Amino acid sequence: MAPSRLRQTGSLVVLVIGSFVFAYPFLWMIATSLRTRQGVAEAGVSLWPVQWHFQNYTDGLSSFPFWQYLGNSLLTTIPPVIFTVLSSSLVGFAFARIPARGAGVIFGIVLATMLLPGEVTIVPQFILFRELDMMDTLYPLILPSLFGSAFFIFLFRQFYLRLPQSLTDAAIVDGAGWFRIWWSIYLPLSQPIIVAAAVLQFMSSWNNFLTPSIYLSSERWKTLPLALAGFTSANSTDTSLLMATSIVVVLPCIVIFFLAQRHIVGGISFTGSK
Amino acid sequence: MSEIITAIEQVLGRLGMSPDVQPLGAFLVLLAAIYVLFLGPLWFAVRRQWVHRSTAAFWVFISPWVFGFLLFTVGPMAYSLVLSFFDWNLIDPPSFTGLDNYTEAASDPLVAKAVQVTLTYAALSVPLQVALSLGVALLMNVRVRGIHVFRTIWYLPSLVTGVAQVVLFLWVFNPGYGLLNGVLRVFGIEGPAWFADPGWALPAVVIMSLWTVGGNMVIYLAGLQDVPTELYEAAHLDGAGAVRRFWSITLPQISPVIFFNVITGLIGAMQTFTQGYVVTQAGGGPSHSLLFFVLYLYQNAFEYFRMGYASALAWILLVMILLLTALIFRGSAFWVYYESTRPKEARFARAK
Repeated sequence: MAPSRLRQTGSLVVLVIGSFVFAYPFLWMIATSLRTRQGVAEAGVSLWPVQWHFQNYTDGLSSFPFWQYLGNSLLTTIPPVIFTVLSSSLVGFAFARIPARGAGVIFGIVLATMLLPGEVTIVPQFILFRELDMMDTLYPLILPSLFGSAFFIFLFRQFYLRLPQSLTDAAIVDGAGWFRIWWSIYLPLSQPIIVAAAVLQFMSSWNNFLTPSIYLSSERWKTLPLALAGFTSANSTDTSLLMATSIVVVLPCIVIFFLAQRHIVGGISFTGSK
Repeated sequence: MSEIITAIEQVLGRLGMSPDVQPLGAFLVLLAAIYVLFLGPLWFAVRRQWVHRSTAAFWVFISPWVFGFLLFTVGPMAYSLVLSFFDWNLIDPPSFTGLDNYTEAASDPLVAKAVQVTLTYAALSVPLQVALSLGVALLMNVRVRGIHVFRTIWYLPSLVTGVAQVVLFLWVFNPGYGLLNGVLRVFGIEGPAWFADPGWALPAVVIMSLWTVGGNMVIYLAGLQDVPTELYEAAHLDGAGAVRRFWSITLPQISPVIFFNVITGLIGAMQTFTQGYVVTQAGGGPSHSLLFFVLYLYQNAFEYFRMGYASALAWILLVMILLLTALIFRGSAFWVYYESTRPKEARFARAK
């Protein structure tokens, strides 16, 4: 047993060092966000000392219309989360439970679209939204989510297939329609996938940069990532302010991760790429 | 089409809808019209018993995806294919130019550069990401108290994505007072100028991408925990060492996960945009060393307003990605292992 004990200690040492290397930029980001200007210049790459200069946060937030950007970010994040979860679940349920000819072929098309790069359609989508009179509005960031996402449809379908078929049969005997079966039986049961899909959609909408940079031009509708990118070029010298603002932008993702930690890992891993 | 939208918006405006919401209102009116055109005939067909009730229900249920697919995927793709044979600056009427956009792309030195940058990035970052995330997952796949703390630490950086990550790494790679060069200086090495150096800008972005391997690591970890322990026990009895067990059991068993990771990683790498855009302030970096393909496409479409040329570039990107994906799918037969007893779930699942 000695060699295996040795190997375990060895891998633990590698893990500790690796974790430190990985966490370092993150910790430095937090430390720097709490330093005074002079403190940043003196401390350089080290984590200590920190002046606990919380004023950076209030300064960083007041140096641009933060609350307005936050509002825009929330408007382009929360509705897509709700829409995409509901419609993906509905479509996934149909693929899993409603018998129909050709369902297999169509599901194949759904899977194939997962491989399609979204970037291919940015030019025609831009023209489409221009025709719809939606330039410089938040709609182009919200509306596509009404129609579900192929990956989430796949997740929901896989989950629903694992639920016993008798659920549907019993409900049909009781006279429930397909919509009732979905809404009152399957949707509530798929809570793990709802959480996983909601978190993933939140992360991607919240951090989205390409779409806002195409559609949003006026100050009024800027989202936080867009504002942060502009802030970067304008305040590249004030490191502590920059880091404080970045942390505020990242914080919701971290909070949500800790709230939903169990579900994310469970939800993604079961997808059974196997 | 914009005339229809304007007309609907005028009606909605007269009904007292505020100008901010009018585009949304017009869109919803259009969508409702599409649904009526779709549901009407379907209802009629069900009444006449041409279509089975459950088939009709199926189509109604998947209609969000179908309309999204037509409106945001198939429609735009067909449109951009047509547009790629035109010259259009959004203001003058489009003019047909045949294959000019494609021949221009073939001889455009910046397209060649963008392809080179993007493929180099994919070729460097995907294998490194797979190796690192798998390696870390192997280390983490032990039952030790407190291992969850390590998993969380490795996962956390993958939450710092997009612009915030670039902001952080602009500092990490700062030549004067950045973290990396500061550490190198301790060892007496004078580090390069990273993002400002044409030769080091792309490697810097690759290193940056490795910082977020935590997301993949979680997936590998789940895959590793699915490997049946009997296999290891049997191999242990047969006297197989750790290395042998890794090559003969672990690797074949999780090869589907690796395959999935390679495909998604490749598609993601080919679509890299934010890193190049934010680091270079939309410019492309020193001697175009960070001119990712999507960034060049973006410049053509939304800075030079060359919609036709940008559409042609989009189709070139699509063909490149499809070719690479097909190549990997073909190759996967040689190294991806699937259990032969895998049930054909799709066929059994459909209720009769």
